[in-house]
Amino acid sequence: MFKKTGKFLIFFFTQFGQATEMIKEAFFWFIKTPLEVNQTLQQIVKIGVESVPVILMTGLFVGMVLALQAGNTMQNILSEPLYIGLLVSFSLVRELGPVLTAFVISGRAGAAVTAEIGTMKVTEQIDALSTLGTNAIRYLVIPRLIAFTISIPILTIFADIMGIFGGFIVSVEGLGVPSSTYTNDITTYLGVDDLIHGLIKATVFAFTIGVICCYKGLNTRGGAEGVGKATTGAVVVSMVMILVIDYFLTAILHAFGV
Amino acid sequence: MIKIENLQKHFGPKHILNGVNLEIKDGEVTTIIGGSGTGKSTLIKCIIRLLEPDGGKILFEGKDITHLNNEFELAKLRKNFGYLFQEGALFDSLTVGENVTFGLKYLTDTPKSEYAKIAKEKLALVGLKDIENLRPSELSGGMKKRVSLARVLATNPKVILYDEPTSGLDPIMSEIISQLILDLKKKLGVTSIVITHDMKSAFEISDTLAMLYEGKVQLAASKEEFKRTQNPYVKQFIEGSANGPIQMKISN
Ligand SMILES: Nc1ncnc2c1ncn2[C@@H]1O[C@H](COP(=O)(O)OP(=O)(O)OP(=O)(O)O)[C@@H](O)[C@H]1O
Ligand SMILES: [Mg+2]
Repeated sequence: MFKKTGKFLIFFFTQFGQATEMIKEAFFWFIKTPLEVNQTLQQIVKIGVESVPVILMTGLFVGMVLALQAGNTMQNILSEPLYIGLLVSFSLVRELGPVLTAFVISGRAGAAVTAEIGTMKVTEQIDALSTLGTNAIRYLVIPRLIAFTISIPILTIFADIMGIFGGFIVSVEGLGVPSSTYTNDITTYLGVDDLIHGLIKATVFAFTIGVICCYKGLNTRGGAEGVGKATTGAVVVSMVMILVIDYFLTAILHAFGV
Repeated sequence: MIKIENLQKHFGPKHILNGVNLEIKDGEVTTIIGGSGTGKSTLIKCIIRLLEPDGGKILFEGKDITHLNNEFELAKLRKNFGYLFQEGALFDSLTVGENVTFGLKYLTDTPKSEYAKIAKEKLALVGLKDIENLRPSELSGGMKKRVSLARVLATNPKVILYDEPTSGLDPIMSEIISQLILDLKKKLGVTSIVITHDMKSAFEISDTLAMLYEGKVQLAASKEEFKRTQNPYVKQFIEGSANGPIQMKISN
């Protein structure tokens, strides 16, 4: 038991150290060499633009179910569906928007990134980059890190807006809340600091997913099977890390009053 | 000149290279032969420093590159080399044309307007034409290999490392590639290190042959000496005989 835990900790910290090394290298090459603009734009399309539909759907239904739950609970406690706009918008903007967007993107785009880089690794394309005067960090990692970090906060805003809209439909059409009550809840209570809180989270999640998925891809070993393992590994680790970071980041942001 | 002294490389507990000594002279073709899995690819990957040796020394033009670790220095070193990967290692997200001209952007100052011309010219050298817009997945194995060779030739390297340039090619195409290697030597003074299992091609193109076995170079010599040698390992290998000191382990 202890031995196993110890082994796991060693494994975890080795990987953590190597991933940190990768981040350092990424910053180094980012400063020292011109950006691969085409690659970066392509990745923004793949990771960000192509994820818009699924993010809109996610946002919409999360907003709807939040309104439904909040409405029913308030009905039971206060015999009236009060504060639905407040509850929906707060949970979305501060918490669920960033977390769910990050989840969906790590499953959709993060997996693809690991699979692609992993395949390039096992077929020696990563080595080929080095022999042709560039390297994996410059050509693959930096464009993807940038694409994740730009895309996820923007997608989070989309999810927030769709969710608030979904909550509106359910409240007004399903629970009979006057539309002005719902919107007043939001305009009165929701502030810029809530939006900032959510966007800081989204940005941190984005960078984390990017690092994990690129790192897992670059360290793939053992053919097609290895690529499969790396890919599932990347998604699982990303999701767990998002939740862990979410807790600590929330605590830190609260301490700073955001 | 490339000088390899007492080179060591292991993967985990497996000692692959165990004291390799070899000298590669400028403007010559040096061929490395040896059984499957003896570490030929590993050796040339150490030369271009895709792998870091565990011991010994590699000198390139007098400079010790064994443990060069600064990425900028490594990039500078690799500018001298072209490397033909055993499996081609073409970028599957790019077209054939983009693959061939990939290195020009990073290794040369060639203006973009000349890329198309260079792609056409280098593909012609390896017997291919009008395939610039295809994807690697649409090519046959032998075509991939040749596109990969065109990609190496595009940047006009001083030293070319070929990992089995003729494997998977038909006999006529093999002969064309062998001639190409000789042409590069004669016309441009390119230094070549060629890994091959094709003994006919090896004797045709080599100035020096080196045989790798059990982590060491058993014999490095001119082709005449190689044909005359009484070294039992080398003899068995070039005769392709199943009986002799080299016992291939057949599992099951
Ligand atoms: N990255 C690696 N990790 C672990 N073992 C490796 C690695 N690369 C090569 N090996 C092992 O090293 C040995 C030599 O491999 P290498 O590819 O150099 O052989 P080779 O002489 O090129 O063989 P072939 O003629 O079949 O291409 C093999 O036993 C292989 O399993
Ligand atoms: Mg090999």
